[in-house]
Amino acid sequence: MSAPAESWRGVATEDTEELSAGAGVFLWARSRRLLRDLLRPHRRTLWLLLLTLLVQNVAWLAGPLLVGIGIDVAVPALVERSDAWPLVWVAGAMVAAALVDTALRYVFLTRSGRMGQAVLLALRRRVFTHVQRLPLSFHEKYTSGKTVSRLTSDVEALAELLDEGLDSLVTALFSVLTIGVVLMVLDPGLGAVALLGFPALFVVARWFQRHSTAAYRRTRETIAALIVQFTETFGGIRAVQAFRREPRNDELYAALNEDNRRAHHRAFWLIAVFIPAVTLIGNVVTVAVLGIGAWRVIGGGLAVGTLVSFLLYLRRFFDPLQDVAMFYNAYQSATAALEKLSGVLEERPTVPEPSDPVPLPRARGELVLDGVSFGYTDRTVLPELRLTVPAGQTVALVGATGAGKSTLARLVARFYDPVSGEVRLDGVPLHRLSDADLRRAVVMVTQESFLFSGTIADNIAFGRPEATREEVEAAARAIGAHGFIAALPEGYDTDVHRRGGRLSAGQRQLVSFARAFLADPAVLVLDEATSSLDVPSERLVQRALHTLLADRTALIIAHRLSTVEVADRVLVMESGRIVEDGTPADLVGGTGRFAGLHRAWADSLV
Amino acid sequence: MDDATPATAPRGKLSALARLWPFARPYRGLVTLTFGAALLATLAQLALPLVTAAVVDGPIAEGDRSGLLPLLGLALLFGVAEAALFFVRRWAMNRSCLQLERDLRDTLYQRLQRLPVGFHDRWGSGQLLSRATTDMSTIRRFVGFAAVFLVVNLVTCVVVLVLLLATYWPLGVAVAATTVPLTLLGMRWERRYNTESRRVQDQQGELTTDVEEAVQGIRVVKSLGRSGLVFDRYDAKATRLRSLELDKVRTLALLWCLFELHPQLTLAMILVGGSLAVSSGALTVGGLVAFIALFTVLLWPILSLGFLFAFAQETASACDRVGELLDAPLTVTDRPGATPAVVGTPARLRFEGVRFAYPGAAEPVLDGVDLDLRPGETVALVGATGSGKTTLTALVPRLYDVTGGRVTLDGTDVRDLPLAQLRSVVATAFEDATLFSMSVRENLALGRPDAGDDEVAEALRVAQAQFVHELPWGLDTRIGEQGLSLSGGQRQRLALARAVLGRPSVLVLDDPLSALDVHTEALVERALREVLAETTALVVAHRASTVLLADRVALLAGGRITAVGTHSELLAGVPAYRDLLAQDSELTEVTR
Repeated sequence: MSAPAESWRGVATEDTEELSAGAGVFLWARSRRLLRDLLRPHRRTLWLLLLTLLVQNVAWLAGPLLVGIGIDVAVPALVERSDAWPLVWVAGAMVAAALVDTALRYVFLTRSGRMGQAVLLALRRRVFTHVQRLPLSFHEKYTSGKTVSRLTSDVEALAELLDEGLDSLVTALFSVLTIGVVLMVLDPGLGAVALLGFPALFVVARWFQRHSTAAYRRTRETIAALIVQFTETFGGIRAVQAFRREPRNDELYAALNEDNRRAHHRAFWLIAVFIPAVTLIGNVVTVAVLGIGAWRVIGGGLAVGTLVSFLLYLRRFFDPLQDVAMFYNAYQSATAALEKLSGVLEERPTVPEPSDPVPLPRARGELVLDGVSFGYTDRTVLPELRLTVPAGQTVALVGATGAGKSTLARLVARFYDPVSGEVRLDGVPLHRLSDADLRRAVVMVTQESFLFSGTIADNIAFGRPEATREEVEAAARAIGAHGFIAALPEGYDTDVHRRGGRLSAGQRQLVSFARAFLADPAVLVLDEATSSLDVPSERLVQRALHTLLADRTALIIAHRLSTVEVADRVLVMESGRIVEDGTPADLVGGTGRFAGLHRAWADSLV
Repeated sequence: MDDATPATAPRGKLSALARLWPFARPYRGLVTLTFGAALLATLAQLALPLVTAAVVDGPIAEGDRSGLLPLLGLALLFGVAEAALFFVRRWAMNRSCLQLERDLRDTLYQRLQRLPVGFHDRWGSGQLLSRATTDMSTIRRFVGFAAVFLVVNLVTCVVVLVLLLATYWPLGVAVAATTVPLTLLGMRWERRYNTESRRVQDQQGELTTDVEEAVQGIRVVKSLGRSGLVFDRYDAKATRLRSLELDKVRTLALLWCLFELHPQLTLAMILVGGSLAVSSGALTVGGLVAFIALFTVLLWPILSLGFLFAFAQETASACDRVGELLDAPLTVTDRPGATPAVVGTPARLRFEGVRFAYPGAAEPVLDGVDLDLRPGETVALVGATGSGKTTLTALVPRLYDVTGGRVTLDGTDVRDLPLAQLRSVVATAFEDATLFSMSVRENLALGRPDAGDDEVAEALRVAQAQFVHELPWGLDTRIGEQGLSLSGGQRQRLALARAVLGRPSVLVLDDPLSALDVHTEALVERALREVLAETTALVVAHRASTVLLADRVALLAGGRITAVGTHSELLAGVPAYRDLLAQDSELTEVTR
């Protein structure tokens, strides 16, 4: 793959199975940049932690040295001169070192834990906010399961690194460094022997690094695939069970699960080779030191105590290297997760808020579509549309599926920006409005009435969080939802359960209607918002519409022409163009398409 | 059914780990190999200090350089063996723990798929997801890493203690005595840690639910401009998670420090005690060196025990959380001895005194529904919003089970039929057209993977869903999750095509045409009539046009069927029906 760097931006690489070396380096650098970014606010804490660890390590390392002194000085003093004082001093020093070590350890663990949690919280906030800001076009191609896996399993991979990684890395590196120095001071000859192990370690580490990056990247992908399958299955469990999809799903999930196992197996296999290799190098060096040291002790060039201390230190020298290996493991896993996260973070909100918005505190609701074109990737849906809707007018959009009605609605609600031309509200282009002003002025209700977990009152108040209970109830009354809500066991405080599972589709639609009315926008866009209502409910809603739409602009898309009849003006659309435009009465009386549609609809009423 | 609600129940004893045994059983060979290799590696580790002592007391004491070589050879041998055993241990461990994780996750998924819809209504899918991912990987890491070391390190401690006792027993006894306060204090903090980690895990589930909702409800959030509110909610939960995590961190730090302090103080004690013993002649210098070298082998095992026990606690509560799902009762399942019965196409569908109440609800939704659908008949079900129409339709394929009365197919209680048979003879089109992220063809053939091309084409024709041929890859086009890239009407038509595919014995259609425009609706109706002529159908209807597809209409009100008849009969004789179905005459007047 010799694609230019642009194609690696954002989440574009996620579906690429094999990455070129260049892309791999690019991703790796990107994820490291994110990690640096996250740690930057904690620089001071990091230095403090480093200092704590340094002192703590000195205290911890004092142990073997003191034991050596004990054997070389205190024991002879006691045996030969019956002088217990050196022993008392050495033992006292050991106890003091242990206390200092433990106290600093506590400080380190709690402080680094606090820092790690702060980093995670910052990352969670950042990704969550960013995902919320990304346009619908992103969410439509990036399944929700994948987004969920980014925000859960990938963040947790970083948590693992912060929990265990920093500690083991810093401790280990310090131990290795300080012990290395102590070894050289203790006996340069033996120290040099110990250092001979390093080139071998380096080779092994390089090998591990080269292979593990790809291996861990793969594990992040397989776990995301598992999560996608999982969320879809249980999001649509009714259909799954009703259509006996379980056995096939079992197979699919088992296959993904097996992929995930293989991916992890590959990554773990690399560690299974790496860590024993480190151990082997350590053991060979230790035996060499023992041999050479013993040889020199016999020759009188070295004290026994020094050799014993040296060997004790050597043990502490190589054990932490295993920790470094484990850290590296956590690091690779976190880096792979950060690659994915940084990809999502790099996705640009293509429908961004302006940096210097034009204030529009009170919109009147005049809409102008000025030469608006829009298309999805390959086909144009709206070519050069021109339309002016005066403030307060109720416009019905009519036309067959695919005529571009929903696209028009989405442009007015600024879910997308037009490819060319402008949508203006009260003369201000939508892309020049702050999000707060825009959403206060324009609210869209779609036919999928998503309810959030919480009570019915919470869900209605979603339209205006600061609304009082009275206002919530008034909104419900206005659109005729009060009746069924009051009949529920706990009324407005009834928990709607998961995604409103307990309410019928019609009831959910009423709740989302109440939500929009409570929001009280200047422009209301209704995209098939009454499709699941029964006739009496729809009648109530329409009666409400009569009064509620009186002083606001409305754009109504409905297949039921009964809804259309509350409109001041009807637009018939075909292939993205407006082919008829007039009052309902004029159009019904005419000979155009709307007249035909209206006849067909009237016939269907029987 | 208390155990089937997502309530926080911090039980978590280490005994919960026993749950894992059935999953570990198939890999007991590998597990044994893992433990064996780990123990041998530990023993090999012990060899080095012993060889060191031998070198100090032997060649060094005697100044005998020639005696050095065999001892060094021995040390090298053990050193290589240790590394080799490490490899074997890790290799075997990887195989077993990853397979165990896979099996456990498969089992969980399969179980969840078969739990009744009522269960899924109550549980946030975020809670399910966090159990299938976070808890699973906790379990895997425990089995693959901590469990082995927990055992190995405990064994190491015991073995070294025995060696210490053998080297110089008075000092050995003293070392053993120091473990008593360690254990007591450790256990106390472990218990606290356990409660705290359970809270963290539950909070992670909550947070996952929030993430899911924020992502899946993104259109609502965006159209109302409530990103701020949604973020605040998420933030409150994420902040709470942080403070719970910090509680955990503090307890873990205490534990860690306890286990770090202990060996260092003990080492000081050994030095004092050992020196006194050397001065009294009870111990050689070489003996003291060996004693100390042996004890240093214990430094890491003791230090790690604090962490490992904490990990075991965390895993125990993960096991509890997973266990809560595995233990949830399969209430909708094949009755013992359920055998396939003869169900004709079309079949006779009868509701006899059917009652249904949602769990925890005071009032039943359905309170004695009687309705008889003759083979081949189409009955429209009409009722006010929230009258229980959808609930009634869900009883036919047993998405819920009746709480009273029965539903029969050709005289057989649906609960006496095997689920597989029942759900293959009954096909449903739901009001929310659930589509999965797979090809159009797969979505259509969901219930009938063996459907032929002509059957698929026929179903598409009936549902007027030929638009799929215009998609970029036709029937092989992968449609997004929930068919997001399709319009509501298109999704609804695909869901309808799915239901009519293969001509089921009983067809349940929940407001199947609500999202269609008048023109398409008329086309679908015409084609659908052919299908309805050959099958028994229950059609939930909000519109007169849909009602006209039916031979008879049943009016559902107050949990009962209050009227049955043809559309015109009911329109003429039942005011409540007229109220529900007569189009908005008054509004129509307004513009006419």
